[in-house]
Amino acid sequence: MIPSQFEYVRPAGLDDALRILAEREGEAKVLSGGYSLLPLLKLRLAQPALLVDIRDVDGLAGIVETNDGLRIGGRVTHRQIHEDPAIRAGYPLLTDAAGGIGDPQIRNWGTIGGSCAHADPSADWPAVLLAVRATLVCQSSTGQREVVAADFFIDTFQTAIEPTELLVEVRIPRWPKGSGGAYAKLERRAGDFSTVGCAAMIEIVGAGTIGDAAIGLTAVADSPFASAGAAAALIGASPSEATFRAAGAAAASESNPAADGHGPVDYKRAMVEEMTVRALRSAVDRALAQ
Amino acid sequence: MTTQKVHLTVNGEAREAEVEPRLLLVHLLRDVFTLTGTHIGCDTSNCGACTILVDGESAKSCTMLALSAEGREITTIEGLADGATLHPLQQAFWDQHGLQCGFCTPGMIIQASWLLARNPDPSEAEIREGIAGNLCRCTGYVNIVKAIQQAAGELSAVAAAPVVAAETIDPGAADAAAAG
Repeated sequence: MIPSQFEYVRPAGLDDALRILAEREGEAKVLSGGYSLLPLLKLRLAQPALLVDIRDVDGLAGIVETNDGLRIGGRVTHRQIHEDPAIRAGYPLLTDAAGGIGDPQIRNWGTIGGSCAHADPSADWPAVLLAVRATLVCQSSTGQREVVAADFFIDTFQTAIEPTELLVEVRIPRWPKGSGGAYAKLERRAGDFSTVGCAAMIEIVGAGTIGDAAIGLTAVADSPFASAGAAAALIGASPSEATFRAAGAAAASESNPAADGHGPVDYKRAMVEEMTVRALRSAVDRALAQ
Repeated sequence: MTTQKVHLTVNGEAREAEVEPRLLLVHLLRDVFTLTGTHIGCDTSNCGACTILVDGESAKSCTMLALSAEGREITTIEGLADGATLHPLQQAFWDQHGLQCGFCTPGMIIQASWLLARNPDPSEAEIREGIAGNLCRCTGYVNIVKAIQQAAGELSAVAAAPVVAAETIDPGAADAAAAG
């Protein structure tokens, strides 16, 4: 498959890239790792006039831990995240998710910024970012703005990014001590997109009460979403199997999966419950081990 | 449509070409440089037949633009053998019957070379995880895994003691393992 014709530029720095996006507003697509965009171009589902390859833009490929949490550059690859020791130690939910994306080649080149900006309704990062309550930093030639994950993922392949903006950073807040997170992904074959993906974050307080919780789900609605019902079932309860089941049932009832080659609607709802329970078990184990 | 120049190193040799921006790296390698060892299977970044190394990192060359390879070092299957001497992975795929039709083999071997460069002594599970992006429709992977295990052993033996290791490889043992 051959993409339709486009122009190609590889700006040397961030200012250049943002200037080009401003000058060619609406005509340009940003090329990062390519594993989301190039398939779209080859299928001619996207036919941009211009590709802006950001591989030479400095400052987007680092992972920095601060007192508040993590700052992950938009061009950081899934593999960088998967293998980062600080993330493995402090943010294992991200390690879980990164290691399950695509396959090794895709993880070598695919980036967190590319995946989030593409916003495939079955992508893994959006569910994770919803659960940890991440902030996404969008920058244009006129400035920067921070968008919380819940406002960022709008619909299928639609985000809050403006055509003149670049997703430069993902900020992951540090949850309080006694918190833990995990990602549970059901995939039919190695390398598949999720049939169901569930990201769970949980904080245990006092003698064993869930003080805070968030559940992010992917592949079971038009867009990844945070389940308010699941969070309500968790917060204030004790971390028991019955609580996990109640949260899973709430998540399942909020899901709106489509029947497809991965299974019928009833099956997917049942798997939402099951993946939510599994993610919660690991998240609680990790919270208690802290 | 205007073309742009791309400069890259392919299997140690500096190359350049004038290409359309939409040209995929796999087409540059196969159609322009006539390095047809890199195969196109699914053309949708699933099957891994087009796997090459780009600056040492395995990539699916059907999912990278030729222009994105500017200044980078590419290794294809043609770059592995040392003259008439097969690379240990190529020899191991031969010894262990790690192929039937052979279509996936170039990508499989390149991916295995990436895996062994990062993890010289992988477990079977790590090998299977490492080649999860490379599909074989013939063999069911059993002999492919054996071949990568054989090559891992040989490469680490060579690294430890080059002269002795070359003499301790026993093709008979390899055949026995493949038959089992």
